[in-house]
Amino acid sequence: MTVLSRPETVIEAMTEAMTETMSEADLLEPQLMPSAAVPRRAAGVREDPAWVRGSVIAVTVVFLGGFIVLPLVHVLAQAFAHGIRVYFAALSDPDSLAAIRLTLVVAALSVAANVVFGLAAAWAITKFTFRGKNLLITLIDLPFSVSPVIAGLVFVLLFGLQGYFGPWLAVHDIRIIFALPGIALATIFVTFPFVVRELIPLMQEQGTEEEEAALSLGASGLRTFVRVTLPNVRWALLYGVLLCNARAMGEFGAVSVVSGHIRGETNTMPLQVEALYDGYQSAAAFAVASLLALLALLTLFIKIALEARIAKGRTP
Amino acid sequence: MSAAAAGMRRSRSVIPGFGITLGTTLLWLSLVVLIPLGALFLKTAELSAAQFVAVVTSRRVLHAFELSFGLSLAAAAVNLVFGTIVVWALVRYRFPGRRLLDAIVDIPFALPTAVAGIALTSLYAEGGWIGGLLAPLGIRVAFTPLGIFVALVFIGLPFVVRTVQPVLEDVDRELEEASASLGASRWITVRRVLFPSMLPALLTGFSLAFARAVGEYGSVIFIAGNLPNVSEIAPLLIVIRLQEFRYADATAIAIVMLAAAFAMLFVVNLLQRWSEIRMGKRQ
Repeated sequence: MTVLSRPETVIEAMTEAMTETMSEADLLEPQLMPSAAVPRRAAGVREDPAWVRGSVIAVTVVFLGGFIVLPLVHVLAQAFAHGIRVYFAALSDPDSLAAIRLTLVVAALSVAANVVFGLAAAWAITKFTFRGKNLLITLIDLPFSVSPVIAGLVFVLLFGLQGYFGPWLAVHDIRIIFALPGIALATIFVTFPFVVRELIPLMQEQGTEEEEAALSLGASGLRTFVRVTLPNVRWALLYGVLLCNARAMGEFGAVSVVSGHIRGETNTMPLQVEALYDGYQSAAAFAVASLLALLALLTLFIKIALEARIAKGRTP
Repeated sequence: MSAAAAGMRRSRSVIPGFGITLGTTLLWLSLVVLIPLGALFLKTAELSAAQFVAVVTSRRVLHAFELSFGLSLAAAAVNLVFGTIVVWALVRYRFPGRRLLDAIVDIPFALPTAVAGIALTSLYAEGGWIGGLLAPLGIRVAFTPLGIFVALVFIGLPFVVRTVQPVLEDVDRELEEASASLGASRWITVRRVLFPSMLPALLTGFSLAFARAVGEYGSVIFIAGNLPNVSEIAPLLIVIRLQEFRYADATAIAIVMLAAAFAMLFVVNLLQRWSEIRMGKRQ
């Protein structure tokens, strides 16, 4: 039931998004909408009284506008408050550039790690039956319910100077905490479930028939995976990568604990925002923050497009 | 679908790669998640029971817990109410801009917490767009517990909306029709027909928003003011103890928070099962 109804609602939403962007196109909506929406109206459902409808929509607009949109608008307004020159000067500061570079590297590492892990885990979980599968899924989801600060803390306990492996690392001159490896590890921890979670439901739904067909025709396991499975899950995989990337670039708590806050060296973009803001360089802080805000908006746009794509892939 | 599912079960063993994929999964899971979390328990074990209790019941720690859990409950409750209103508008009504509002709900998910943190702080500070309006009324938000509450409402909203929305979309409208045609008023229908079928989702959304709020750090620390015993949240106290190299104290606080998080996870799982049973019954 849920499986069937989901793509329809997404398509409906997309159709509506299209009609809404065309300014006066709202009148066309009923004709443009595919069959999914029609029964809902044709059923002759009792509508809520106009005043209820009006107040619910008003509360929604005011709440979302005041609580969610205003902060976002504020970031962009503050970033450009001192003019475009100050904005670009703030972004081309060497420390900010270093922060942007570090953030890109960390995000790339965590996306790569989670794609490999995600595909392996989803393959094992969806193509085979074994005992303890539900426990495994719960454990994979675990990082979602751990506070980011604790995600950072555990790596300090392991690799910090007073941590379990700290003395050994110090002797061998390997730096994990207050360096890139620690930042990457903490980021991988907090983004751990993102890719797998998108893959498991889809691969479960698709079953193993196509893989079996390929194998029975003599394809090797790897070839089957690359030519059959991967194309089938590519949009869901991309969706997971998108969410993983957004979280990796924006992660603050976990990274803050392990980074050591060395400007130009171990500050990621969110940490650079904090450093600038605490240093009363508000304009520069908002300039860097605006990049992260734009990243968030871009992520949302791609997400909506991908959702439509995935829905399309599911309808026969 | 069901034919495919039946076929899948019979010939699973044909598919190769079980050993290597499960092995990779378990190894990576252990290295990145399980062993590090294990270190947390190991470190806490260095404290005696009495020491542990002394740490987590000290005045400053207790206050931080009270603040974190109390404000998270309040924020989740506000999100439950407003989130439900938002869901109702998005699912039941058709109006221009609906799709845009739907997309806006995801902003707190996508916006990095530090960005949300400085934005909210600067908005609600005394000279800010909202803070400036509230100051003449004598209401101070930034650098007070009220500010923490605002940040927690911000980050928690999508959890309620995205959990409740699909359930309301799936509610069989024929039930409402039936209830109405049998003479029930709109209010009775909502209360007796709709509310029970949405209850598990409402509670799940509430729990998820609460769990997220308890652990939240980035969006809170900028606006909180971070005064010990006034506006200092538990995650911040962990960071402070860590900076003082009081690792055992930091882990003791973390263990309590982790236990609470796992309890919430358990509750959410129970709710999910409950909801599945409900849905099963309906079909």
